Amino acid sequence: MKMLINVPETVVADALRGMAAAHPDLTVDVENRVIVRRDAPVAGQVALVSGGGSGHEPLHGGFVGPGMLSAACPGEVFTSPVPDQMARAAAAVDSGAGVLFVVKNYTGDVLNFDMAAELAEDEGIQVAKVLVNDDVAVTDSLYTAGRRGTGATLFVEKIAGAAAAEGQPLERVESIARRVNENARSFGVALSAVTTPAKGSPTFDLPAGELELGIGIHGEPGRERRAMMTSGEIADFAVHAVLEDMSPRNPVLVLVNGMGATPLLELYGFNAEVQRVLAERGVTVARTLVGNYVTSLDMAGASVTLCQVDEELLRLWEAPVRTPALRWGM
Amino acid sequence: MLDADFFRRWMTAAAASVDREAERLTALDSAIGDADHGSNLQRGFAAVLATLDKEAPDTPGAVLTLAGRRLISTVGGASGPLYGTLLRRTGKALGEAAEVSEEQLAQALRAGVEGVRALGGAAPGDKTMIDALVPAVDALGDGFAAARSAAEGGAVATTPLRARKGRASYLGERSIGHQDPGATSSALLIAGLAEAAEGSGE
Repeated sequence: MKMLINVPETVVADALRGMAAAHPDLTVDVENRVIVRRDAPVAGQVALVSGGGSGHEPLHGGFVGPGMLSAACPGEVFTSPVPDQMARAAAAVDSGAGVLFVVKNYTGDVLNFDMAAELAEDEGIQVAKVLVNDDVAVTDSLYTAGRRGTGATLFVEKIAGAAAAEGQPLERVESIARRVNENARSFGVALSAVTTPAKGSPTFDLPAGELELGIGIHGEPGRERRAMMTSGEIADFAVHAVLEDMSPRNPVLVLVNGMGATPLLELYGFNAEVQRVLAERGVTVARTLVGNYVTSLDMAGASVTLCQVDEELLRLWEAPVRTPALRWGM
Repeated sequence: MLDADFFRRWMTAAAASVDREAERLTALDSAIGDADHGSNLQRGFAAVLATLDKEAPDTPGAVLTLAGRRLISTVGGASGPLYGTLLRRTGKALGEAAEVSEEQLAQALRAGVEGVRALGGAAPGDKTMIDALVPAVDALGDGFAAARSAAEGGAVATTPLRARKGRASYLGERSIGHQDPGATSSALLIAGLAEAAEGSGE
């Protein structure tokens, strides 16, 4: 497998050095792996800290900036960051108004953020946490670790970030974040497996003529494998899977997200099919975002996330944002 | 009696076997997880050895507490907090004594395993590190070699199980037929304990 890297051991550090060079609005601590918006802490504003394994770029470092995250902590590839990183990030961005940790529901992320919250609270920082768990491919039961956090993370970080930018207090920012998560559902499809730099070969075997339905963002296999389908058939399957789990009465935000190796030509075509299915099902679309936002290294495929929004959530979604990967209105 | 040196040898042996078996752990993890268990633990235990060299803690409890803290701050994923908690809790349970008996170690390790169970919420049979650690602790009364066999047996016995915790749980039925990487690395940790004991002629 050919990769544009030096050696697997320095992949994350090398990427952070490159990010620092490209984005002077960010302070990138390469050694401790913390990405902070340069003007933090912002007086009177709740700070948002997120993090997770690397390999999902632009998540999360690409979402650091005014209107969204205050700081992000990238872990090793597909491995959650450690508590020290998160606590350091919290200390760097807390203005005294408190910190909201945005945590994707993966065992490692949850455990490390829990430990980080204790460390930060020991330092006198007020911490709240929101758990993102939007993936309908996983049954939330006693027999799994619960639904994974995937595409909805972007909606939570953007909308809660806007609430924080308005100067809303921590408990309010937290409850808005929770509301976004409760109203969001995702479903993902892989056309190829993922190759991590450390392993150098695909993490699972997916024959050329097949696709994997219900994948997560770490190259973990999904819930079902089928013969390759057309874009329209995949849209039918994915949107129906999401709508089986939610019955939106309000308009929805739509995220058609690429997993890393699917070109925009295909993603836009897929979005056309997603919009068709939504129209057939009578679901009103408020806004649509198409692109590679919550990726899985070199995996080909896409995920669909729907988030039902009321007037307040839509207003916060529309609010100005200035980050490396999401930018409008300022 | 077991002194700080014994516990340092334990950590050294564990680091060596994680190093040796890293590829196998990662291969097991790629079947039902995300293919990084070996490299993550390798990084963590290398950091543990470096820290033990530098800070040279002089009691059994201090060796394990320091090792656990270091794992938490370097490994990441679920393994960091879980292994870190195992060693930290065990170390705390050993207190400040300069030497501890095998019986005291067995009791402390039981407290450590309880800490892991409380943190991760896993029970025996969930296809996790608990499936190697619980039988190991139960067998520790019969000596370190017995604990090693029990841990290895427990790890192998995870193969037919369906995962209920961690990332492997997302695979449901498809996790069946693969040995759990966490139980496998736990067996390596316990094997390191037996090696440390053999090294001292016990």
